Amino acid sequence: MKKESSYWVFMVHRVSGIALAAFLPLHFWVLGNALQLDSFLAWTEQPLVKLGEWAIVLALAAHLGGGLRVLALEFLPWRDWQKGLAAAAAALALAVGLALALAL
Amino acid sequence: MKVSVWKGGAEGRFRQFEVPRQASQTVLDVVTYIQRSLDPTLAYRYACRVGMCGSCAMTVNGVPRWTCRTHVDRVLDKDSLSIGPLKNLPVIRDLVTDMREFFDKWARAQGQFKGNRSKRDDFQAVKPASAERMQVDAAIECIGCGVCYSACDVVAWNPDYLGPAALNRAWTLIRDERDRNAVARLRAVAGDAGCHSCHTHMSCTERCPKQLSPTAGIAGLKREVAKSILRGEF
Amino acid sequence: MLWIAQRASAAVLALCVAVHLATVIYAVQGGLSAAEILARTRGNAAGFAFYSLFVLAVTVHAPIGLRSVLIEWLGWRGRSRDLFLLIFAAALAWMGMRAAVGVFA
Repeated sequence: MKKESSYWVFMVHRVSGIALAAFLPLHFWVLGNALQLDSFLAWTEQPLVKLGEWAIVLALAAHLGGGLRVLALEFLPWRDWQKGLAAAAAALALAVGLALALAL
Repeated sequence: MKVSVWKGGAEGRFRQFEVPRQASQTVLDVVTYIQRSLDPTLAYRYACRVGMCGSCAMTVNGVPRWTCRTHVDRVLDKDSLSIGPLKNLPVIRDLVTDMREFFDKWARAQGQFKGNRSKRDDFQAVKPASAERMQVDAAIECIGCGVCYSACDVVAWNPDYLGPAALNRAWTLIRDERDRNAVARLRAVAGDAGCHSCHTHMSCTERCPKQLSPTAGIAGLKREVAKSILRGEF
Repeated sequence: MLWIAQRASAAVLALCVAVHLATVIYAVQGGLSAAEILARTRGNAAGFAFYSLFVLAVTVHAPIGLRSVLIEWLGWRGRSRDLFLLIFAAALAWMGMRAAVGVFA
């Protein structure tokens, strides 16, 4: 069945949420081992890890974008332009992803 | 053109028919032609055939639509068409679904008006331009055709989910200043089976043949439930 | 109600994440080293407070979000699901505060 943009925004929102929920325990664990941080950081220089990092940040930005869209739909007075929020959420995510890619 | 039509119940298969093209032909015309000329055992529903009753809703090329208002030109995929029963509902036979659960959920969502005036009381004056009434008017035209219910992914994922139509109707009653059943209704529509499971896919809003937006009504219900909880009414 | 908690924690997280993303993108420029990061964060009371709030909001938000996924995609009904989520929340809280202490104390 043909799916419209709102469906994809939701799917990205959900999948990125799952990815973040899986990633966070690892993130917390690493930070909690602050004293061994340098050896870990050396490991993160590998390109695959860098790609993973970028993907996680993109997931965070995508989840934030999708979440802002949900908050707008649920709390702001209903208007037709809200259907376009899917695009806005995607744009936000891409902007952040790009910013990080340039910084890395 | 080649038309695949679902034959059977929950188990079955798509049967292919060759149907002549006409100018200005609707999908309902196609189904009627098949039943009258090619396969008299084909079961399907329709009534008004002019887009007022919603009885003819079916899945056309994967999308739920009113077949009497769907021109073949608009949906023909190369030279073929696929017609099936509405999704998310049990199939009785061929293109006919059992809509009891759809209407049961309507009732479970407290989708009935409960006022407190009798014929001996004066009318309650409702201003048509009031913000509340305009919200009701935007959602009141639902004729219970089931297209939104069939389009909804959450209905597919969660069998208890009341669905966009039932929740939309509950919204119109919550916003109706004459109704006296607000707290019970909010309790009925809250929770995993109710408005809180809507994930704003907006398939309902996209597909509604009357251009209603259950997503808007459901968002409103979420707000009203929250307000009610914070007021201590739950 | 879970929905209220979810939306409230989402609002908090929107702010926290915005700050966190900006910080990460800034910090990552010119390479990372433990010493550099810890030099800026150790003893930073404001940072500790901020990230503790962040951890708290995550501990509320993530399990509630996962709950819908477990119900709708895994069909997990009943109390065992909620128990799992509570344990997950507790784990997040513990590991999160351990991380905050490790970086900011």
